[in-house]
Amino acid sequence: MENASIFVILVSSILVNNFVMSKFLGICPFLGVSKQVETATGMGMAVTFVITLAGMITYLVQKYILVFFHIEYLQTVAFILVIAALVQFVEIVLQKLSPVLYQALGVYLPLITTNCAVLGLALLNIQYKLNFVQTIFHSFGAAVGFSLAIILFAGIRERLAISDVPAPFKGFPIALITAGLMSMAFLGFAGLV
Amino acid sequence: MNLMKIFKNGLLDENPIFVQLLGMCPTLAVTTSAINGVGMGLAATAVLVASNAAISMMRKIIPSKIRIPAFIVVIASFVTIVGMLMEGYLPSLFKALGLFIPLIVVNCIILARAEAFASKNTVIDSIFDGLGMGLGFTLALTVLGAVRELLGAGSLFGWQLPFAYKPALMMILPPGAFIALGILLALYNVVKTKKSLS
Repeated sequence: MENASIFVILVSSILVNNFVMSKFLGICPFLGVSKQVETATGMGMAVTFVITLAGMITYLVQKYILVFFHIEYLQTVAFILVIAALVQFVEIVLQKLSPVLYQALGVYLPLITTNCAVLGLALLNIQYKLNFVQTIFHSFGAAVGFSLAIILFAGIRERLAISDVPAPFKGFPIALITAGLMSMAFLGFAGLV
Repeated sequence: MNLMKIFKNGLLDENPIFVQLLGMCPTLAVTTSAINGVGMGLAATAVLVASNAAISMMRKIIPSKIRIPAFIVVIASFVTIVGMLMEGYLPSLFKALGLFIPLIVVNCIILARAEAFASKNTVIDSIFDGLGMGLGFTLALTVLGAVRELLGAGSLFGWQLPFAYKPALMMILPPGAFIALGILLALYNVVKTKKSLS
């Protein structure tokens, strides 16, 4: 990953190493907010916004604070605080600057703090030893991959809600099996890059 | 509430995975073998018991407005401690679980128990709640891990099956996680409806 080109990083994080389908990050919102395409799109947009910002800021925190003071063992604590503060900050700023966008994303923002995709991505960026530009594209790609998965899944679940499913499979079991089949489809991208 | 009831509530009646569907990310990601399931479950249990106890002790001094960030800091500290201990004493398990050890911080079960139980109950009650929920989580992860390892690798807790079996690799790949958990949940529903009918 260290010297990979930006294009490779983007394709790999959107399709091949899709966050939801092959890394199992962000499963809670993936299952929780995917009953309608509209809400799924909102969630996807909010996550894209926050993940890209969080990826950049945690990179700077890691490089200029944690490594500088040799306190890398505080990584988890520092990152989760940065993310929680960032989410609050984004919420306040959006409310002031762009009420329209706030109305679209507002309800999803508080949920994002405990979305493991955000913290997972921040930790992965460091683990892969990406530079700043690569970090931005990796974060953005991962978020787009998340949005792609959740919107596709919501589309299937809208149809699923009106189909005749055996009683014990109603609700989550059939949703999980659907996700399994989707994940199989995403496996087809392996080896693309 | 007596302690046994709190314990059983977490282990079975309100099982975090099968009933509440919380903490799905580690559940799906690390259960490629039964051992990994046990390891992840016990690591989360340790964090859950410790954070429940600490938060319950501090419940009267944490202002309610900033309680969520305060809880997260407490949880993150315990996760760091557990992570360091595992890296020191169980390096191979630490490596197998990888990213999902620091990600215990954002495991919804732990924050949910802090908010719903530990911030309102006594220390002893909270410890038992943590134990029950944690072991319920461990139980679910172990079952899922065992099923996937059995079907996907033809072994159980690392021991090979005594007869010839051609493993279905799909079960230890990502799709197998979703499908196996989906079928386990459906089985759980069947058993539950049978029980409530009789």
